[in-house]
Amino acid sequence: MGNLKLSAVTKSFGMVDVIKGVDLEVNDGEFCVFVGPSGCGKSTLLRMIAGLEDCTSGDVLIDGARVNLTPPSKREIAMVFQSYALYPHLTVRDNMGLGLKQSGASTEEVRQSVARASAMLSLDPLLARRPAELSGGQRQRVAIGRAIVRTPKLFLFDEPLSNLDAALRVHTRIEIARLHRELSATMIYVTHDQVEAMTLADRIVVLNAGKVAQVGAPMTLYNDPDNTFVAGFIGSPQMNFLKAAALGLQAETLGIRPEHLAISREAGEFPGTISHVEHLGGETNVYIHTEPHGLLTVRLFGEHEFAVAEAVFLTPDPARRFLFDAKGDRLRE
Amino acid sequence: MAQARTSLPRTIAAHAVLIAYTLIALFPVFVILINSVKSRRAIFAHPLALPGPQSFDLIGFTTVLHQGDFLRYFENSMIVTVSSLALVLLFGAMAAFALSEYRFRGNTLMGLYLALGIMIPIRLGTVAILQMMVAGGLVNTLLALILVYTAQGLPLAVFILSEFMKTVSADLKNAGRIDGLSEYRIFFRLVLPLVRPAMATVAVFSMIPIWNDLWFPLILAPSEATKTLTLGSQVFIGQFVTNWNAVLASLSLAILPVLVLYLIFSRQLIRGITAGAVK
Ligand SMILES: Nc1ncnc2c1ncn2[C@@H]1O[C@H](COP(=O)(O)OP(=O)(O)OP(=O)(O)O)[C@@H](O)[C@H]1O
Ligand SMILES: [Mg+2]
Repeated sequence: MGNLKLSAVTKSFGMVDVIKGVDLEVNDGEFCVFVGPSGCGKSTLLRMIAGLEDCTSGDVLIDGARVNLTPPSKREIAMVFQSYALYPHLTVRDNMGLGLKQSGASTEEVRQSVARASAMLSLDPLLARRPAELSGGQRQRVAIGRAIVRTPKLFLFDEPLSNLDAALRVHTRIEIARLHRELSATMIYVTHDQVEAMTLADRIVVLNAGKVAQVGAPMTLYNDPDNTFVAGFIGSPQMNFLKAAALGLQAETLGIRPEHLAISREAGEFPGTISHVEHLGGETNVYIHTEPHGLLTVRLFGEHEFAVAEAVFLTPDPARRFLFDAKGDRLRE
Repeated sequence: MAQARTSLPRTIAAHAVLIAYTLIALFPVFVILINSVKSRRAIFAHPLALPGPQSFDLIGFTTVLHQGDFLRYFENSMIVTVSSLALVLLFGAMAAFALSEYRFRGNTLMGLYLALGIMIPIRLGTVAILQMMVAGGLVNTLLALILVYTAQGLPLAVFILSEFMKTVSADLKNAGRIDGLSEYRIFFRLVLPLVRPAMATVAVFSMIPIWNDLWFPLILAPSEATKTLTLGSQVFIGQFVTNWNAVLASLSLAILPVLVLYLIFSRQLIRGITAGAVK
């Protein structure tokens, strides 16, 4: 069990409104990812769910019970922090067992839970060490282990991978996905890395300046964004935004993903000049300067020879284009 | 690595400066120590000479240990200094934790109010303090001194420690809260060990003025039973005659405990500094 409901929660620090009314439901067993640019309030929202930060208004419900006034330790949650936050004076074993011990479990229960968690994450050889004697990756595994030991209703992760190097990040990401399958627990995961968001999430919550911009499955957000913010935030390289009026369309903005913009030397809808080419082997990114749209990106699969300063023509795929109004909201065709 | 960044002449120059400073700083102490074991004649005839077979004389120490209750003074000084330090560190750290950790109305004002004590010397309030101690029946007790020194040490302690506590990872404290640790355990078990170097700094800074103070013992606790070492040594300094042997001997003895306390705290200081640097 473990579902979460936020109803109209807000948070202000003094005069500054950081969370401006968020409604959200996370179902039992779901992997929900909060993404958004730096400073949009992801961590604040997560800390409000954990009870480390009070709500200015609105309700937080876990399994249907209002927990606004429940202290963090009684909410049956576990949290993994970006900075690991292991207790420096305790061994790995005691770090993992502390929460359960505090909640009044017997020594035997604690021992079994720690053994189970450490087996899941292959932490057995590390159990007697202190955090100072571990590498960054090992520390993060211990921090995840510490969360598992308590068998919480909700797992909360605040950018758990951002202090790890690229290879380790991929590895730990796969490990977290595996844990989610094995534990079938509800997980809420904060990141600003959209690859993490797309690969891990059952459902992504895109936050923008303290508000939910859109909620949906990764492919829904990719294929059917509600507004320019989500369209621009999900997908890499970023979506191109063209001036719709210049193309004779009844809209403010036309959005087209770099892979859906055709490039040709002979003919097309509008002309441009190549300003930069990136060869990545599997794909080629071509940056083209156009009037009046500015710099656009075209993504081609495989290797292609284009020269800087070459004149080319571009054509957006009409079936894959998105139209937005002046406020940035999607105009469905 | 060390060689890449330093050259021999530079190292020599740096060490020369440091050694010169050390010599200057240690010279008075050295003079006190050598003269404390010399006869009165030798002190005046050759103040800088090392004690030789003729000039060697323990008269100073025997006077100190027999005249006046030197051991009692010593004990009083120790009690006052150690208790005041313990209270300064405990309450200073607790106040600093509250100021740095909790958001409440008047937090900044409270911090400023506490810091004000650094700038206003406590001696300005001597008359009021004396009246208060008389009213409370605390005159001529060690408790009076402990209370005054605790008040004197707190502002700097709160100021330094709250700055340090702000640097302790918020995630760590939050992890403790999620694991169900009480705020007291978070403070004592998680935060205090991490600010130990700052505590040592505060301890060293607060200790010396307390140990050396003559003012408050003279005013608040001048009785024979509550005299501190500094006050006790004053009996050897007369208006017309000063027993230099005894003064120097008592000063030499007075250095010892401070030295011991300093060594204890400075180990912590250095450990703290290098632990941060190496990691
Ligand atoms: N204790 C605080 N007091 C005042 N403002 C705060 C406090 N904590 C956070 N904020 C502000 O709230 C906003 C959201 O912060 P938050 O940490 O939730 O961002 P975030 O989305 O997690 O960003 P990042 O991706 O950089 O971690 C920021 O503008 C921040 O300045
Ligand atoms: Mg954050």
